[in-house]
Amino acid sequence: MGSVVSAVLVLAGLGAFLALLLVLAEKRLASSGPVRLRINQGEPREVEGGEPLLSALKGQGIFIPSACGGRGSCGLCKVRILEGGGPLLPTETPHLSPEEIDNQVRLSCQVKVREAMALEIPESLLEVEEYPVRVEALTPCTYDTVKVRLGFEADAGFSFRAGQYVQVETPIYDGLSEPVYRAYSISSPPSETRFIELILRRVPRGICTTYVHELLLAGDRLKINGPYGDFYLRETQAEAVFIAGGSGLAPFEAILADMAERGIRKKATLFFGAVSRRDLYDQELLREYEEKIPGFRAVPALSKPAPEDQWEGETGLITEVVARGYESMAGMEGYLCGSPGMIDACIRVLTEKGIPEDRIYFDKFS
Amino acid sequence: METPGPFTIFLASIFINNILLANFLGMCSFIAVSREIKTALGLGTAVIFVMTLTSGINYFVYTLLLEPLGLEYLRFIAFIVVIAATVQLVEMIIERVSPVLYYALGIFLPLITVNCAILGVSLFLVIREYSFLQSLAYGAGGGAGWALAILAMAGLRQKMKRSRVHPALQGPAITMILTGIMALAFIGFSGMVPM
Ligand SMILES: Cc1cc2nc3c(=O)[nH]c(=O)nc-3n(C[C@H](O)[C@H](O)[C@H](O)COP(=O)(O)OP(=O)(O)OC[C@H]3O[C@@H](n4cnc5c(N)ncnc54)[C@H](O)[C@@H]3O)c2cc1C
Ligand code: FES
Repeated sequence: MGSVVSAVLVLAGLGAFLALLLVLAEKRLASSGPVRLRINQGEPREVEGGEPLLSALKGQGIFIPSACGGRGSCGLCKVRILEGGGPLLPTETPHLSPEEIDNQVRLSCQVKVREAMALEIPESLLEVEEYPVRVEALTPCTYDTVKVRLGFEADAGFSFRAGQYVQVETPIYDGLSEPVYRAYSISSPPSETRFIELILRRVPRGICTTYVHELLLAGDRLKINGPYGDFYLRETQAEAVFIAGGSGLAPFEAILADMAERGIRKKATLFFGAVSRRDLYDQELLREYEEKIPGFRAVPALSKPAPEDQWEGETGLITEVVARGYESMAGMEGYLCGSPGMIDACIRVLTEKGIPEDRIYFDKFS
Repeated sequence: METPGPFTIFLASIFINNILLANFLGMCSFIAVSREIKTALGLGTAVIFVMTLTSGINYFVYTLLLEPLGLEYLRFIAFIVVIAATVQLVEMIIERVSPVLYYALGIFLPLITVNCAILGVSLFLVIREYSFLQSLAYGAGGGAGWALAILAMAGLRQKMKRSRVHPALQGPAITMILTGIMALAFIGFSGMVPM
């Protein structure tokens, strides 16, 4: 009996002692006390050292886009670090081009704040704020896509450009240990200031989309931050081709509504790629815009129409349909939204047809 | 039998009783991380550090805590706890000093915890009834021996990148064969110093 007690005591004591030691070491090693951050030559701000830069900035009310929640896989959280920040890490290099590396661009979720830093962050990101919203309606678009209307509090003052996106905070649920942020394009027009609408396509076992599709109810409260992105219509004379896949229609709905309201004249064709008829939505809306916007045309295309669809429109992969539609695309602009695979394939087709890469604008839904 | 002095133990555990090549302990990380000299060097250094530190600490844990209380049978779990904590400490230090090495070692750093060579060294020094200095020397030598072996293997494997290995033998398989040949060479020394 005595030996059992002493064995337990000895082990527990040893464990507790070592744990104490580690906690002390963590305190001394991990956090490096207050550190000065200087952003765009402004007044230095003090933050607590030891955290990833992304979260330190969030603590300062500066929201850097981060679709993967700091795992280093989306490559969205880029900032320029002019001073401090330590050596480039192997987790960053896959997301940075040689020019970006020369320009001291880093992934803010991987860099830890350890020493005084000087950063350069685009002014537009400094205007990003967090907004509490209320879910006003959830309307199914297709069997796996839903339109979510999020209402602002009075005088929230949210404004954006048609084509931009927001990040939705997925609250903690079901074994999720911390809130995660996911990007969704706004489908409602900028003139609507009381609410925004998002179109969410379900991703099997996806953290945010499962939450929205299965648990979210009208009346619930959420937090969003934004607006982000430089995917918006360039108001030039050039003819535009819009290519959307799945939920990638969302930003184009905002752009088209904006064009109709503000009477923007631009020749444009929207190619909307889907698998079969059950993946199509908002087709009547597109018909209306064809009437309202001179020079606009919408072309839905199905890659695998089901027999019962009785489909008479375009068929094939969206890249083939676009390629068939134009002899040469020189002088045009390309706007793409959808899965990374689709976008990469489309960029190849558009550049072959003569659109220079700097005239192709896209949001990869990765 | 007279046990050898600390310095002899140190040298002997590097060259004669190499923990990896004579006892075949610590094989998993040896095979996994011996692809590049740089990471092998990093892991080797970490193992030397952890092994020296844990053999010193475990010596005291055993002689001052477990033996007097008659709890020798707890040595496995007690040693593992000490090793785990030490590895955590080393991890924090490496992350602080060299984030690049930290990411290069990745999962293998925490895996040192279950590197059997480290537990093996702590257990051997109990069996062989080493003194504190002898234990430290044995830990440092064992670590250095392990580091030497993994460095040699990383060098070989880097050279081998240009040789044509049969597809069925690529990777771990050829590494095991090379290890066997290296071990054969080391067997030649065995018994030179009784430990
Ligand atoms: C700028 C931008 C705008 C975006 N706009 C929209 C939008 O308007 N509507 C919309 O629905 N989505 C949009 N997305 C995608 C969205 O941000 C999420 O990535 C997506 O909804 C999945 O999130 P999740 O939390 O449900 O899945 P996660 O938990 O992130 O992913 C779970 C698993 O699914 C895989 N996965 C992730 N995405 C996909 C996918 N698309 N197809 C197949 N597997 C996948 C992941 O690799 C992972 O293994 C946008 C993304 C970006 C970067
Ligand atoms: S947040 Fe996704 S890579 Fe940094």
